[in-house]
Amino acid sequence: MTTITALRQRSEEEAAKLPALLARAEHLAGTVLLGEHGRRRSGLGDDFWQYRPMQQGDALRDIDWRRSARSDTQFVREREWQIAQSVIVWVDQAASMRFASDANLSTKADRARTLALASAILLIRGGERVGLTGFELPPRRGQAQITRLAQMLSVDHGDDYAEPEARGMIPQSRAIFFSDFLGDPAPVEAALTKAADRGVRGALVQILDPSEESFPFDGRTIFQSIGGGIVHETLKAGDLRTQYLDRLAERKDRLERLSRVTGWQYLCHYTSESAQSALLWIYRAMDGAHG
Amino acid sequence: MTLFGIGFATPWLLLTLLALPILWLILRAVPPAPIRRMFPGVVLLLGLKDDDQVSDRTPWWLLLLRMLAVAALIVGLAGPILNPQTDDITANDGPLLVVMDGSWASAASWRARTQALDGLLVQAARDDRRVALLKLSTPEPTSFQTADDLRARLVGLSPEPWEPGEAQITRALELLPEGDFDTYWMSDGLERDSRTPLLTTLQDRGTVTVFQAGQSILGLAPARFEDGNIVLTALRAQSGSDREVTILAQGRDPAGNPAVLARATATFDADATATETALSLPSELRARITRFEIEGNRSAGATTLPDDSLRRREVALMAGREDREGLQLLSPLHYLEKALEPSADLLSGALMDMIPANPDVIALADVATMGAAEEEALLDWLDGGGILLRFAGQRLAASDISRETEDPLMPVRLRAGGRSVGGAMSWGEPKSLAEFSEDSPFFGLSIPPDVTVTAQVMAQPDPALAERVIAQLTDGTPLVTRKAVGQGQIILFHVTANAEWSSLPLSGLFVQMLERLAIAAGSASQPSAEDLAGTIWQPNMVLDAFGSLNDGSTLPGVPGENMVDADLGPDLRPGLYQSQDRTMARNVLSSDTTLTPANWPSDITVEGLTQSEETPLAGWLLALAIALLLADIFASLFLSGRLSGPRATTAAGIALALLVMPITPAQAQSTDDQFALAATSEVTFAHVITGDETLDRTAAAGLRGLSETLFFRTSVEPTDPVAVNLETDELAFFPFLYWPITPDQPTPSAEAYAKLNTYLRSGGMIMFDTRDADIARFGTGSPNGRKLQQLAAPLDIPPLEPVPEDHVLTRTFYLLQDFPGRHNSRDVWVEAAPPDAELVEGMPFRNLNDNVTPVIIGGNDWASAWAMDERGNALFPIGRGYSGERQREIAYRFGVNLVMHVLTGNYKSDQVHVPALLDRLGN
Repeated sequence: MTTITALRQRSEEEAAKLPALLARAEHLAGTVLLGEHGRRRSGLGDDFWQYRPMQQGDALRDIDWRRSARSDTQFVREREWQIAQSVIVWVDQAASMRFASDANLSTKADRARTLALASAILLIRGGERVGLTGFELPPRRGQAQITRLAQMLSVDHGDDYAEPEARGMIPQSRAIFFSDFLGDPAPVEAALTKAADRGVRGALVQILDPSEESFPFDGRTIFQSIGGGIVHETLKAGDLRTQYLDRLAERKDRLERLSRVTGWQYLCHYTSESAQSALLWIYRAMDGAHG
Repeated sequence: MTLFGIGFATPWLLLTLLALPILWLILRAVPPAPIRRMFPGVVLLLGLKDDDQVSDRTPWWLLLLRMLAVAALIVGLAGPILNPQTDDITANDGPLLVVMDGSWASAASWRARTQALDGLLVQAARDDRRVALLKLSTPEPTSFQTADDLRARLVGLSPEPWEPGEAQITRALELLPEGDFDTYWMSDGLERDSRTPLLTTLQDRGTVTVFQAGQSILGLAPARFEDGNIVLTALRAQSGSDREVTILAQGRDPAGNPAVLARATATFDADATATETALSLPSELRARITRFEIEGNRSAGATTLPDDSLRRREVALMAGREDREGLQLLSPLHYLEKALEPSADLLSGALMDMIPANPDVIALADVATMGAAEEEALLDWLDGGGILLRFAGQRLAASDISRETEDPLMPVRLRAGGRSVGGAMSWGEPKSLAEFSEDSPFFGLSIPPDVTVTAQVMAQPDPALAERVIAQLTDGTPLVTRKAVGQGQIILFHVTANAEWSSLPLSGLFVQMLERLAIAAGSASQPSAEDLAGTIWQPNMVLDAFGSLNDGSTLPGVPGENMVDADLGPDLRPGLYQSQDRTMARNVLSSDTTLTPANWPSDITVEGLTQSEETPLAGWLLALAIALLLADIFASLFLSGRLSGPRATTAAGIALALLVMPITPAQAQSTDDQFALAATSEVTFAHVITGDETLDRTAAAGLRGLSETLFFRTSVEPTDPVAVNLETDELAFFPFLYWPITPDQPTPSAEAYAKLNTYLRSGGMIMFDTRDADIARFGTGSPNGRKLQQLAAPLDIPPLEPVPEDHVLTRTFYLLQDFPGRHNSRDVWVEAAPPDAELVEGMPFRNLNDNVTPVIIGGNDWASAWAMDERGNALFPIGRGYSGERQREIAYRFGVNLVMHVLTGNYKSDQVHVPALLDRLGN
């Protein structure tokens, strides 16, 4: 009994988080949808795209008689290009993401999940299929998929730092990786190489806290990872600032180079910045990748 | 123990300071405690080495800060005392005699003196010495007792307003205790010769230490009258630097309250010990001065009392015959004018013009008959305390006045014709004056032999004559007679005011007699002892050493001889003395006094008061330690990065909280200002908070309704009413206070009553509403009425009467005869009309009070009738149907009239007189 009630309670607590995340993501997605709409090219979709004069090679049944009757030439009714893409998303759920240097800032994990879900909502509305890397949630479309995504994204992992999940990538699909990429860079490289091999292109979104960029510490300090697994003590934290910043810059540089090589795109996003700009960037990156 | 002039209560604690260097080393070796910080970027830090492998040391300035804090703590706990009392005299443990001059000169620093003495006694108690106290100004038998016993008596010790004179010193020498003892002499700082024998005796008995305040002693010589100005002389004991003193003329304002009537500044030159300043005041103001004093110097010596010599009497002179072409020396008023001029203001003119000026004296020289109106006016004036001085002459002798019956304006009946003695046509010798009898006001004046009388008017023998004669000739015929009328008196000189009938006006005796009669009261010069011989002066008000006036009527009288020259002492206290109608001031300083600082022999230690004031420093040092430790908190936070890290907000919050605390009163101030601004930028009505919430709401709604009504109907546009708390809010902003009565409301405090009385006196109006006119009449019949009586008892409320039909309230805006509220009772009370208000023919109304009635008392529950909600709907029903609504309308009209009365006073009453005014202007 106890286990069942405990489970029930835990599930409800977890479920209670979902609407918030969903609502936030919907809200964020809503801001983008207004401006950027449709695929803007002709295709086989259901929606009307444009009329154009009939050219050679057009089938008779393509002619829109109603429009053609109003003028002397024949017009062909073009429909919007609609082709389903698969987009797979990986969000770093490790402990290092659950950090915010200020009560007014959202945690990195929170920002990553919101961004991931919001872009998923946008993509699903745009007709794409969205799923998670790995085999737990393959790309699907529809409102139910968003709920499932939200569910999966709300799960915390206990590790200090996570490795990207590179399995289950569908060839020629798109991918978005959200993480702080502070952990070991080798698995990231491996994942991206593997993706490049399969013709998967996408975006790396590195989400950082402002304090990770500025390192505003002084004096004798014991630094500790969120999970508590890694500890570093220094006597003068201020003296470490330049070295730390060098290392961070090097890490970012490495990620950028890696993404250039593999045909990915790279964004470094701080939780202090607006989520909307990041979402727009992601959306464009997904859009532009169609080119 | 004393180090660098600072004494320590527990000096051994200072040894702890030696531990400071050790603390330094320890603190220096220990680096600040690390902070644990969650930081995901820690992986990037892995493997990074600190440049400086030495552990991070506390910076030297922080160490210094902490050292200072600890040092301040240690020194503070060691009980440092600035200027510790290290008297050699206390080293001894023999008996100690404390001698105090105890004169007025020590009054200004009396507190400091008693404190010093207290300190001395504490020390004596610690040393187990026996102490005796001898106050030289009032030497009393004394004996050595424990210092604690003496300390208990210190509170009752006070200086005397005189200086120890010969008599007191002699007495003190007799009272000196037996045996050897040390002496502690608390000198008042003034030199006096009588001290030497006592000092010699005391030095024979033991060591003498003198305690003398460094403060310069200030004094004020008696005020003189010179060339129309009051000349004030300030004195000081020690010259040396420029000094400015302010001299206040204290007196009573027209309402009778004590007030500063004038102030003058006198500046001592650097090397001067005396300075003069002149004060020019109108005689009206001059007459009200009760004392002069030096501001900020409470001592009898810095106070001087004015007496008759400053008082300039107004004397109206009138002669019976106009000597237009006569010689000046024959003028009936010439000698009188000469005698009075130095000390009185003279008026001349028609009698009826002079009486309204209310002169102190009217002198009539040979005026026989007077008109009925004049006589009546004179009698009125006499009733009010005037002195009518009459002189005989040809006309008086020839007239029939006071012949058969005594004229009301004559002290005696006169025989026809008068008499002439010693003239060319008569047998007798000119008569001279008899000695003045003891009950005569002239008693004691010496009579110059050359004063003779050649003619006089004769008094009729009469049973009352004997007691009315105050001076007579050698043959027993009256020369001066006197009769009291009401508060005043009539004095008749049976001779002329010029030298025609006698040589009296030519002699100095004439002036002295006028002085004694308080007519020439107080010539410019001080009276001499002979002048005052034979008089007894009763102390009226006496000064204490601090310069305050006390009633002296229980003290014995002083013979006039002593008034001038005798030294002040217990028998002759400084103050105001009275003899018959004259007052004379005996001041501490006379006009020829100089203040000389005491000059002690060189073998005597002289200590100052200031030097021995112990100042414990422990509190300051401990506060410094705490401040330093607080600074250390911030410095440590800063060093460890906590001031710039994520918790900076917390630290900033604490710092802010510390800063904000002293700002709070400023905010309170600004709310006061807001209240004042809100109440004064528009006309605002207020109701008193009774504590009954429903009642307060009704009162507020009622005033709102009244304000609305006024807004719509009149040019008075009040803003929202205000609820005032009598204890805290300022009342002066409100023209009108509505005070509903409920039996259980709290009675205001004394301060609130003082505020209310000020409000009422300065033109405010309070409307008391017992709200029970439906069940009770005016009075104490209901609980509300009883409560009202209790509430209003301490208020300064004039006599009341029910609103008369012609009260201005009935016509300030609407014409009304009823003042209904929710109830319609005629019992509405306002300030009573003056008793002499009469209905003048042709006027519809009486000319009533000139100001707004300070209270209106009724029980008609006006607020309920006026009450409106925000939309203007009446909140309470009144009566039934149309008549009820009519009553509400009348209630509103009464409210309008009331506010108009409050705001315009008797303006509408004045309007009544417009026709009469126009008529008078000749339209």
